[in-house]
Amino acid sequence: MHVCTVTPISMTVGANRIVPAIAIPHPLGNPALDKDEEKKLRRDIVEKALEALATEVDGQTIFD
Amino acid sequence: MAKLKVVHYINQFFAQIGGEEKADYPAEIRVGEVVGPGMALTQQFKDDAEIIATIVCGDSYFNENLEKAKADILAWVKEQAPDVFVAGPAFNAGRYGVACGTIADAVQEELGIPAVTGMYVENPGADMFKTKVYIVSTKNSAAGMRDAVKKLAPLAVKVGRGEKIGASSEEGYMPNGVRVNFFEKERGSLRAVKMLIKKLNDKPFETEFPMPDFDRVDPNPAVKDLAHAKIALVTSGGIVPKGNPDHIESSSASHYGEYDIAGVMDLTEETYETAHGGYDPVYANEDSDRVLPVDVLRDLEKEGKIGELHHLFYTTTGNGTAVASSKAFAEEFSKKLKDDGVDAVILTST
Repeated sequence: MHVCTVTPISMTVGANRIVPAIAIPHPLGNPALDKDEEKKLRRDIVEKALEALATEVDGQTIFD
Repeated sequence: MAKLKVVHYINQFFAQIGGEEKADYPAEIRVGEVVGPGMALTQQFKDDAEIIATIVCGDSYFNENLEKAKADILAWVKEQAPDVFVAGPAFNAGRYGVACGTIADAVQEELGIPAVTGMYVENPGADMFKTKVYIVSTKNSAAGMRDAVKKLAPLAVKVGRGEKIGASSEEGYMPNGVRVNFFEKERGSLRAVKMLIKKLNDKPFETEFPMPDFDRVDPNPAVKDLAHAKIALVTSGGIVPKGNPDHIESSSASHYGEYDIAGVMDLTEETYETAHGGYDPVYANEDSDRVLPVDVLRDLEKEGKIGELHHLFYTTTGNGTAVASSKAFAEEFSKKLKDDGVDAVILTST
């Protein structure tokens, strides 16, 4: 599965399970948050990625 | 004939504002200014057209603030009321190509002003927009600027004047799926035999029916039991051990890295960094978990939410790297991942 900020690019290159990320230079983080909040944000994205992996899809799917 | 009025769109790099560190530069319009590649276009336009304004926008800004950037730019273009809108050329810069395609398409659709752009065939913007706007096919780097504007300028003039546009092979734009009937000089059997003779002699020939380049794979079945699954991390964001021991190139990577993270609980400023030259590296260098989330996966592993985090991760820089190279890398390490019993992969991109 693909964690990616610009999801249309992910669609073009053919990923099947896509989870949107935060920003191009820090897809799984946000330097504006404090460390704990940032880690929680990252965990949320990773958990969504795992959920995507555990979900059957029959074509390209963005897990918003 | 009166000169056509052109509004030109470029990114922060071609406006000489800066590289990746300035990619969040907000959109602005410079009325009456010809900037960067606009000079080369102007030379090619001669007396046919002139750039009346240049819009500059950072690539990250455009893609991350899509609605606002689009609305602002459309309002400015509307006010300038040009005869034609030109974006780029973007060569192989992915976000720039997507921005050029997006804004050119919006200008045509929402303002009814014809638009053209240019980029390298492998730029993701090409596949996204080649059926919507004329995209001139360029080389993969700015070294191809001369060649690009030679095709882009005349096409912009033709489109601006509403003249009939010839076939893609004549005008230099990417095939856009539009088919036009015409009579060939030679009949089909003769052309086919000529092609065959060239092929048998190892000479170059041009097919009349190119195979589509679909790169789609069927989705894998869902992972049934995450709590016992082995998960691996792969990234095109260039995360490497500090010092980049295998010298992965900052762009157009020729290889990938395989690194052992057995016992690594957290990627720190002292131990990991990014080799990627296509985005502002400050945040990834401070904390590489922002690109490759090792810390969170270790927590999930400890809590039993996943079986284990695979002890190797694979990495390269996706910046300007040829699709063919990426495919070759992935073919090789996918096999390793399979042999190592990995159940699923999380691929992160910047």
